[in-house]
Amino acid sequence: MVQVRHEYDDIPGTFVFDAERSRRGYGINMFCMSLMKEENRKAFKANEAEYLKKFPLTPEQTEAILKRDYNRMLELGGNIYFTAKLGATDGHSFQHLAALMTGMSQEDYAKMMLAGGRPVEGVRSKSGKEEPGKTKPDNGAVKSKAKSKAESKSKAGAKTKSKTKTQSKTRKGSKRG
Amino acid sequence: MARIIAGVTSSHVPAIGAAIDNGKTEEPYWKRIFSGFEKSKEWMAKTKPDVLIVVYNDHASAFSVELIPTFAIGCAAEFPPADEGWGPRPVPVVKGHPELAAHIAQSVILDEFDLTIVNKMEVDHGLTVPLNLLCGTPKEWPCPVIPIAVNVVQYPPPTGHRCYMLGKAIRKAVESYPEDLRVVIFGTGGMSHQISGPRAGLINSKFDKAFLDNLVNNPQKLARMPHIEYMREAGAEGIELVMWLVMRGALDDKVEEVYRFYTVPASNTAVGHIILENRGKAARKAPAKLKRAAARVKQTVRRS
Repeated sequence: MVQVRHEYDDIPGTFVFDAERSRRGYGINMFCMSLMKEENRKAFKANEAEYLKKFPLTPEQTEAILKRDYNRMLELGGNIYFTAKLGATDGHSFQHLAALMTGMSQEDYAKMMLAGGRPVEGVRSKSGKEEPGKTKPDNGAVKSKAKSKAESKSKAGAKTKSKTKTQSKTRKGSKRG
Repeated sequence: MARIIAGVTSSHVPAIGAAIDNGKTEEPYWKRIFSGFEKSKEWMAKTKPDVLIVVYNDHASAFSVELIPTFAIGCAAEFPPADEGWGPRPVPVVKGHPELAAHIAQSVILDEFDLTIVNKMEVDHGLTVPLNLLCGTPKEWPCPVIPIAVNVVQYPPPTGHRCYMLGKAIRKAVESYPEDLRVVIFGTGGMSHQISGPRAGLINSKFDKAFLDNLVNNPQKLARMPHIEYMREAGAEGIELVMWLVMRGALDDKVEEVYRFYTVPASNTAVGHIILENRGKAARKAPAKLKRAAARVKQTVRRS
């Protein structure tokens, strides 16, 4: 199969759900869509491997679903808004899934978000060429990098309790208030 | 004639909807977010639009991967809340404005924006959460809503420029509608967030704040921003910010910023909210002018 390279392939830790992934992942996403119905959720839970046979899935895709390997599902053409339905069927919150995909504990992930989220510095590009003032290549290691950042962030977060940023302002009132 | 008087951007984080539905709005985490919309609710109550146009995206609720319209306009009389896997949200059925929606569809298609016409559609949190944030939790939504769904799920979404120009076409359509309606347009979603893959959790407040500033004063610059920049800087899912440009395109070049609110996080997302009012002739002076013109016509009729 011909693989077309895209500019966005350079973004670390990201599987862009493009036309090619959508084509390949049709079965994954339609399976996830089926979980919108209670009777289907029950049938899936009763016998997962058997239920999955109803959908056009490759062995790799079936394995990723059975193992709940969410990153692999995305890589093989799943889309997060669809795979989230599988997470919900398992009774997981979205934050649980997000943490799982980042390789962090849910607690650490939640702390990172409260402290302002994952900083973009260092995760703009795999090549490092998109980092302002940075020339060193920054190949791949998003997972570990994210983890260490999250840890330092969460430490900072613990010191200042919840360091959330809120800002609101009213400009000169309108005629109607 | 109908006219667009203001534009609003609002987050549509599903967890905000869940917080409302489960009575958690007073918890400190959520109160921080809801308190940022108190003034906005007052503004909405005072502004009393006759119709809302809500630019939003569906999240695998009404559209799966079976059908992926880039732009779709809801022309139905009503849009029931979708069952997103936990039962439909306990919010009112969204009433449409089929006459104005059909008029917009006809006008923008002739303006070369080939919208998909949807006469039966359920709406998910992407549309109902912004309604909650701006209108609270009433028994009925305060006015009819025309949903405009934009594909931001499968790459590529329409370009920012395309969205911006669609906004202009929508405005032209609204202004050629004979009934005197005051319309407010919402651009929803955003701001920076990535909810998929190992880079999930990304937030870029610097990008967001610059985006808000440019949205007010330099939307043409935003309209030229390529998709790669959204994804790199604001996260894979942050690309849904292109929807805000539909709203901005429907307003005057110069607008008045009435209110702004920004907070991090709501669940996995940065929340950005802004209210922009049209101050141009169409929004303010036209009705007075029309009245004067009408009065002159009456006088002339009497004299003759």
